[in-house]
Amino acid sequence: MNISRSLSRRMPSGRHLVIGVPFVWLFLFFLLPFIIVLKISFAEADVAIPPYTEVYTWAENKLSIVLNLGNYIFLSEDSLYLAAYLGSLKMAFVSTLLCLLIGYPMAYAIARADKDIQTVLLLLIMMPTWTAILIRVYAWMGILSNNGLLNSLLQSIGLIDAPLQILNTNVAVYIGVVYSYLPFMILPLYANLVKHDQSLLEAAADLGSSNFNSFWKITVPLSKNGIIAGCMLVFIPVVGEFVIPELLGGPETLMIGKVLWQEFFNNRDWPVASALAVVMLAILIVPIILFNRNQAKEMEGRA
Amino acid sequence: MKTFGKTLLALSLAGALTGVVQADEKVLHVYNWSDYIAEDTLANFEKETGIKVVYDVFDSNETLEAKLLAGSSGYDIVVPSNPFLAKQIKAGVFQKLDKSKLPNWSNLDKSLLKALDPSDPGNQYSIPYMWGTIGIGYNVDKVKAALGDNAPVNSWDLVFKPENIAKLKSCGVSFLDSPTEILPAALNYLGFKPDSTNADELKKAEELFLSIRSSTAYFHSSKYISDLANGDICVAIGYSGDLYQSKSRAEEAKNGVNISYSIPKEGAGSFFDMMAIPADAKNVEAAHVFLNYLMKPEVMANITNFVQFPNGNAAATPLVDEALRNDPGIYPDAATMAKIYTFPDLPANAQRAMTRSWTKIKSGR
Repeated sequence: MNISRSLSRRMPSGRHLVIGVPFVWLFLFFLLPFIIVLKISFAEADVAIPPYTEVYTWAENKLSIVLNLGNYIFLSEDSLYLAAYLGSLKMAFVSTLLCLLIGYPMAYAIARADKDIQTVLLLLIMMPTWTAILIRVYAWMGILSNNGLLNSLLQSIGLIDAPLQILNTNVAVYIGVVYSYLPFMILPLYANLVKHDQSLLEAAADLGSSNFNSFWKITVPLSKNGIIAGCMLVFIPVVGEFVIPELLGGPETLMIGKVLWQEFFNNRDWPVASALAVVMLAILIVPIILFNRNQAKEMEGRA
Repeated sequence: MKTFGKTLLALSLAGALTGVVQADEKVLHVYNWSDYIAEDTLANFEKETGIKVVYDVFDSNETLEAKLLAGSSGYDIVVPSNPFLAKQIKAGVFQKLDKSKLPNWSNLDKSLLKALDPSDPGNQYSIPYMWGTIGIGYNVDKVKAALGDNAPVNSWDLVFKPENIAKLKSCGVSFLDSPTEILPAALNYLGFKPDSTNADELKKAEELFLSIRSSTAYFHSSKYISDLANGDICVAIGYSGDLYQSKSRAEEAKNGVNISYSIPKEGAGSFFDMMAIPADAKNVEAAHVFLNYLMKPEVMANITNFVQFPNGNAAATPLVDEALRNDPGIYPDAATMAKIYTFPDLPANAQRAMTRSWTKIKSGR
C-alpha cells in the first residue's frame, strides 16, 4: 500500500500532464521557432541552401560559435527600419483605438440585448470570419477602388464629382484592418460586459446619478479587463500585419511586415530579415507581458 | 455471365492497383509561371508519354526562390528567370542536365544559348523556355490625345522626360514593381551600362525616377494588364507577353481600347525563363522526358501562339503564327536585338542598394 502510494506520487499524475500540454505546445510552436529565427539573425547571408552561414561548427573536437552582430548594427544604421517600426506601431495604435471606439458600443448593445437576440447578434459578429481573410480583403478592393461600389454610389447620388482615391492609401489600410480585427475587440468586451451586475447601475440611478455618469464611473472601470484584452488582441497582430497593407495600401504605407518581406525575398538576406523579426518580437513582448499580467490578475479576482 | 463479371471486377481492381504503383513512379511535379503554357500542352504530353503531370504555378521569382533555397521543394521542373537561375546554380540548387536524354536540344537557338552563357556557363543546367522584353505598352488614342501625333512611343523619352509623362499623368502611367528590372532601363537611358553597380550612377537613376514619381500612377507587376485593357491607365512599362495579353483582352472586350507595344529604340531589358531540374528532384527521368518534349518545334510553337511570348527554339519559329512571327514587338529585328540587354546576377550589396533605392523612389523614405 505504502509503496504504491509513494510510487504514484513520483509518477506524473494526470494533473501534471494536463498542465504540461500548454507548456509543450508553447515550447514546440513558440520557443523553438523563435530560437531558430534568433540563430539565423546571428548568421551571415550566403549563396547556399539554406542561404546563410552556420552559427556554430564542430570540427576536430572544437565547437566554434561565431555570432555576427552586424545584422543588428545594420538595422540601426538606416533610418528606414526605425521608420517602418514606427509606421507599424502607429498603424496598430490608431486601428486599436478605432476598434475600441466602434467595438465598445456594439459590445455594450449586445450585452444589454435580450438573451435570445444576443446569440444571433454574436453570430452576426463572428460569421464574416468564417470566410477567409484574403477573400474579404479582396472584396474591400472591389468596394474602395476608383470605379468600385463606394465611389459609384457617391457619384450616383451626386455627393462627389470625381472618384475619391481611397484604395492604395493608408485610409484603405485602416478600413481593412479595423474591419478585420473588430470581432477580436467585441468578443472579449462582450464577455466582460455581460457579467456586470445591473443592480449597481440601478443603485446609482436611485441616488440621482445621470446615465452617462453611471456609465463612465461604473461600467467603464468594471470593463477595464475586457478593454485591455480586446486592445491586446488587436494591437499585437496588427503590428506584424502584412496582407492587408500589401493589398489595400499604397507606396506611402511603410510597415515592418513589408520591409521584412523585402529583406527576405528581394535581398535574399534571411539573417537581416530574422534580425528584424527578433526586434519586432522584442517590441511586442512588452504589451504581451502586460496582457499576461492583466489576465493573471483577472484570474485572481475570480478565485 | 456472373463469373465473367467477377473476373472483370478482379481484373479491373488489379489494374487499378498496378495503376497506383505506376502513378507513383510516373508523376512529374512541374512549377511554372501562371498563364505560361498552352491549354492542351500538358494533356498532349500525358497522352504521348503516360507520365502524369502535377502542375503548380507561381507569380514571382522570389516565391520560387524562397522555396528552392529552403530545400526539398518537391518539384522536378522549375522555371526561374535567368538572373535568379544564375544565383541558384551557385547555391547548388540544380543538377546538370543529361543531354544524351535530350535529342531535341539541337532545335534550340544557338545564338540565344550563347547569350545565356553568363547565367548558365556552358548551358549545363537549363534550357530556355520563353523569353521577352520589358518595354512600353500604350493606349494608342489616349497617348496621341495627350502628346500629339509625334508622341515618342518608341522611346524611353515617353516616360523618362518629365514634361512628357506630366501630360500622361491624367490618363495614368504604371511601372513594374521590380527594382532590378526597371532601374537598368533608367541607367541605360542615362547612358550608363544597364548592369552598372556604381553607386553614383545608381543615384542618378534614382533621381530620374524621383523627378517623374509624382506623375506615376503606381508600381505593380500584374495589375496593369487589366487596367490598360480597360482604359484605366494609358501607358504601362511591363513584360511584352503581358502587354500583348492586355491587347488581346481589349480586342475581345470590343471596348474601343487600342493597345500597342513597342521596344524602345534606346534598348530594353530582356528576361529568359529557364527550365531546370532541382538537385533533389525525385523524378529526374520523367523531367528529362518533359524537357525533351517541350523542345519539339510544334509543341513550342503551339505554346508561343497561346502565350504570345517568343521561345528559345529556332526550329519552332517557322511554325509560329505569321502575325506573331512578323511582329517586331515579339520577334524583334536584328537592329533591335543588338540593343537588347540581359539582367545580370547582381552581387548582394548591389541588390540591396537597388531595393533601398526603390523604397526611396516609391515611399520617399
